[in-house]
Amino acid sequence: MTQPLIELQALRCERDERVLFENLDLKVMPGDVVQIEGPNGCGKTTLLRLLTTTSTDYEGQILWCGAPLKDQRLDYLNKLLYVGHLPGVKKALTPRENLDWFCGVNQGHQRCTIESALEEVGLFGFEDVPCHHLSAGQLRRVALARLFLTPARVWVLDEPFTAIDKQGVRNLENLMAEHAAGGGCVLLTTHQDMSMSAVRKINLEEFKPQSEWSAGDIV
Amino acid sequence: MAWQWFHRLGSPRWFFEKTNAWIPWLAAISISLLIVGAVWGLAFAPADMKQGNSYRIIYIHVPASFLALAGYYTMAISGAIGLIWKMKLADMVMKSAAPIGAVLTFVALITGAVWGKPTWGTWWVWDARITSMLVLFFLYLGVIALQEAYQNQDTANKASAILALVGTVNIPIIYKSVDWWYTLHQPATIKFTSESTIHPTMLYPLLVMVVGFYVFYALVLLMRTRTEILSREKKTRWVQELAVKT
Amino acid sequence: MSAREPQERVSLQAQPLATPGIGAGFWATLRRDVLIAFRHRGEMANPIMFLLMVITMVPLGISPESAVLANLAPGMIWVVALLATLLSLDGLFRSDFEDGSLEQLLMSPQPLYFQVLAKVLVHWLVTGLPLTVMAPILGVMLSLPSAGYGPLMASLLLGTGCLSLIGAIGAALTVALRKGGILISLIIMPLYVPVLIFGASAVTSAIDGFPMSGQLAVLGAFLALSVILAPLAAAGALRISVNG
Repeated sequence: MTQPLIELQALRCERDERVLFENLDLKVMPGDVVQIEGPNGCGKTTLLRLLTTTSTDYEGQILWCGAPLKDQRLDYLNKLLYVGHLPGVKKALTPRENLDWFCGVNQGHQRCTIESALEEVGLFGFEDVPCHHLSAGQLRRVALARLFLTPARVWVLDEPFTAIDKQGVRNLENLMAEHAAGGGCVLLTTHQDMSMSAVRKINLEEFKPQSEWSAGDIV
Repeated sequence: MAWQWFHRLGSPRWFFEKTNAWIPWLAAISISLLIVGAVWGLAFAPADMKQGNSYRIIYIHVPASFLALAGYYTMAISGAIGLIWKMKLADMVMKSAAPIGAVLTFVALITGAVWGKPTWGTWWVWDARITSMLVLFFLYLGVIALQEAYQNQDTANKASAILALVGTVNIPIIYKSVDWWYTLHQPATIKFTSESTIHPTMLYPLLVMVVGFYVFYALVLLMRTRTEILSREKKTRWVQELAVKT
Repeated sequence: MSAREPQERVSLQAQPLATPGIGAGFWATLRRDVLIAFRHRGEMANPIMFLLMVITMVPLGISPESAVLANLAPGMIWVVALLATLLSLDGLFRSDFEDGSLEQLLMSPQPLYFQVLAKVLVHWLVTGLPLTVMAPILGVMLSLPSAGYGPLMASLLLGTGCLSLIGAIGAALTVALRKGGILISLIIMPLYVPVLIFGASAVTSAIDGFPMSGQLAVLGAFLALSVILAPLAAAGALRISVNG
């Protein structure tokens, strides 16, 4: 049996004195596309924060390739790509300069040139246009161009389809499928229905604590 | 075995139940020490040769100044413990220590000003110690303001712990700088009665007061921490059972 | 997204990922921030204009007599430089936080220390350095005695570095707060006390004909200490406050 890339064991997370989820077990194998579902406020973004190591406020275990994530954070981050609901794109800079920075802070690992990545997301000819001239959807595409650039194995995507047109969504799904087929994995949240067949869904609602203590229980 | 003790100390419930019995003792000790020290210092200690009776404010000013600084370190160290070992209880101690320290620093500043009026003829002098005390007061206010600014308790605690630690590194530098600045600008003509030359009849009541203040500080810190525990753990079973019982 | 030729790109397993080097990320962030500052040239002038205007208020509010002004000049210029730095600090991490690039920084596979250092260096280049260069003009406006110009610039050169570094801690602690601006000043100003004391004193000493190398040495020591510790504290603060 192949080893899971990411494994969550009995993960429990509490925020603002409220338990968001507990006993969350999940194995993400190479080739998996996992969609994290649940209503607003159920902890989707918090879970993504844990997976991107921006928050370490959890109980339980997160394993990366079988060993605790805490002990090999750098190795994990080196193989992680995160596209958040904020694009992370500087409006004063051009798409090319933005991606340049992105490659720089990620050690310059690159699978293709910046030009071809921008071409893939339909921004051919916009390479040197300052981003404040671009529309919201185009800004989003600049952020998504990183999916083409990165050699990362783990993709964590927070609402990647926001402000993207239908054709773009289809292309993005193809890209994810291709990435998964190549041995990578994708974890994403989205409120849109995905037409991909091989999506594993995990509903955070199921991991909500069964009964919460309230004063009425005792009095 | 030592670690087991450490972890248990981290449990707010264990701490709450354990310290329940301490409060009356601490209260009795601190109140009797403060009464003895105050009566001794104010009524029985002899008047100062130069300053007359006005020096007697040291019985409040000096202990308050001691605790102002000690309180900052208490806050910063518990903040550091909370950051490093993720101990909830240490966070609560830190949060409780900040306002007490600020109030004591304020008391030290006010009593210093009141003492300054008969001694120097003015309420405020930019003396090295007073200036350092004022900066310390600002440091406290910064920690409290940061704590209040965050909605999320946990973030608030961690952020203010970092600020308190940065302050800890800075306090010796600030104190030395202000001392140096003072000697530069003001020839040392006016001086506080330095502790080393104080007469024993004046010193003993002062020592009693200092110890009394420390115990009182421990008492208030303990009570505030216990309140904090109850408010933070209000959703847990043991707190709710406690509320039902009483 | 047009049709692709998958074979153009290197496949996932084929490329072993090298262990992170520190230099590349530092330079990338440095270059990006310099570029952004350059695109917002207009904003770069704001601290300088603030400085000029406040200095203009001094003679208007106190006295135009050069003897009085000369007395105030070292301390005044230092205090105003401190305020100008404080005003500009709020934006240090805020824009990165708001557009999501701070998250990317936090999860870049290298020490956050150097990323913070790069950002602070750019902040100093666009505030501290111009302040230092402007200082002689302010000196003239406040009739600073001629012996004071060199020390003023030297002390500002070292001191503004400390101000930016220490200020970064405050900016990091308040980055997720909507009204961080005034709070930064509250929490950072007390920490500026030593820098102000030695900075202003270096100038005063030089004017009075005393050596000022001691004060400059102390400022240098502060700078060294801040370079080592402040980015660490700021990096820790960023990791905490983004969860605000």
